Amino acid sequence: MSSSPQAESREGATEPNHAVRFTAIWVIASVIATPLVVLLLGPILPPGHGSAQASGQVTDNTVLLAMATPVLLLVVVYLSYAIIAFRQPAGGALEGPPVRGDTKIQTTWIIVTSVLVLSLAVYGTVRLEQGNGAGSGGGPNPIAVPSGPKLPVQVIAQEWAFTYRYPTYGGVETPHLVLPVNETIELNVTSLDVIHSFWAYQLGVKADANPDVDNVAFVRPTKEETFEIHCAELCGIWHGAMFDHGHVVSRAAFATWIHEQQQRFAPATKVLPKYATTYLPEPTRRGE
Amino acid sequence: MSVFAKKLLGVGSAVALLGVLIGLYVATWATSQPPTIAATVAPASSGGNHLTLETVAAIGPKYSPTHPDWVSYLVKKNGKWIHSTVYTVPANSIVHVTIYQYDGDTGLRNPFLSQVEGTVGGTETIDGKAVNSINPEEASHTFVVPQLGVFVPLPGVPEEAKNQCEFAPCEGAAHRTIEFSFHTGAKGRYHWQCFVPCAAGFLNGLGGPMQTLGYMDGFLNVV
Repeated sequence: MSSSPQAESREGATEPNHAVRFTAIWVIASVIATPLVVLLLGPILPPGHGSAQASGQVTDNTVLLAMATPVLLLVVVYLSYAIIAFRQPAGGALEGPPVRGDTKIQTTWIIVTSVLVLSLAVYGTVRLEQGNGAGSGGGPNPIAVPSGPKLPVQVIAQEWAFTYRYPTYGGVETPHLVLPVNETIELNVTSLDVIHSFWAYQLGVKADANPDVDNVAFVRPTKEETFEIHCAELCGIWHGAMFDHGHVVSRAAFATWIHEQQQRFAPATKVLPKYATTYLPEPTRRGE
Repeated sequence: MSVFAKKLLGVGSAVALLGVLIGLYVATWATSQPPTIAATVAPASSGGNHLTLETVAAIGPKYSPTHPDWVSYLVKKNGKWIHSTVYTVPANSIVHVTIYQYDGDTGLRNPFLSQVEGTVGGTETIDGKAVNSINPEEASHTFVVPQLGVFVPLPGVPEEAKNQCEFAPCEGAAHRTIEFSFHTGAKGRYHWQCFVPCAAGFLNGLGGPMQTLGYMDGFLNVV
């Protein structure tokens, strides 16, 4: 097969070292872009700073973004470089030389991506089970349990609403979730019927609500605010209606509120079952 | 035009027509909903507006040929019972609700909902007697608008009562009469529902009529 003049020129002594040029561009772009991403995007990443757990998630998202930025740039810079440097010259179609594989590149690629993914897996696991549980449900016996006193609040899901029970306040149940600021809350999340998921967005809490399961999550709200509550598990036709707003208030305001709830819902409290981490209400089927 | 081109055009047109018909069917099904019934103006002595509802154990073939045995709510309009759960009420006003409850008891999955909440005076009137809660095991249904904070449990007709209703409309059959009033607040579209697992024959009592607009849940259009 005869080669064209263009192909010959690419194989000639004047052809620049593309690997060095590309690597230099990519390194420079990464060194500039990564700090910018961390400094400019990091502070506004979700879910915000409504709790210690939410702030931890912002940190995690920032770390992930910082690690993903060079990877994204690798793809974008390579694509752009290829479009410019290896552009098909005018004057007819020309096939490039066949690529038969490169052991050095392939080995480097496998090692780098493996290290990247495994390090992220280790980082994620450590962060999930470190100290405060990261706002996720840890099952009935979570590995990560914050130290110090905790206010238990039971989250009870059913189609299609959440209610909340405060066992240390006479087991009162209310349709509203109000939490004191700067106190560690132990959320005991369960369901009376199908699977749901309790998601307090600004607090960085998301825990599955399963029947007959006590899914424990911890949160320490750090500022007084109103936060959104959603069900995050498709639970039936009115799943979309299963949302509400919760409130983080001062300790004094919480004391006043919970006292008012105890009085207001005294008739219902009398007929509630004794507080338990899970409930298996009957009947499960009408007529049984 | 060649024979192949004609065949291609014919098949293409048939496929396109079929696609349009399927699309129309799905769109009609997905957007269909019960008629919207407006609350009637209440007598000047009580003010506000009035909704008259009934709950039945089986809607019957007259109102639902496809699901005659499903439990359901109905609403009264111009003296006739309408199979709908979408109601329009004025904003920032008081709504007086009368529910004729013809179904037997099932029991609440969450006894907390046995307490009346969000009504005027925090009570409901059952057969003329004002109460602020009922026995959770005697609940047949609830009328609950979570976003408005309105929780009203409805007690069931005792098992031993004579003249139990078989199919809607149930006028004249054994029933409980529940009355309450609530404030509507701001304009909006609020979902309301029954919280009793009352769907007979379905796992957890939550399928069928509990998952279908027009039976045990609906909307309050506050306008």
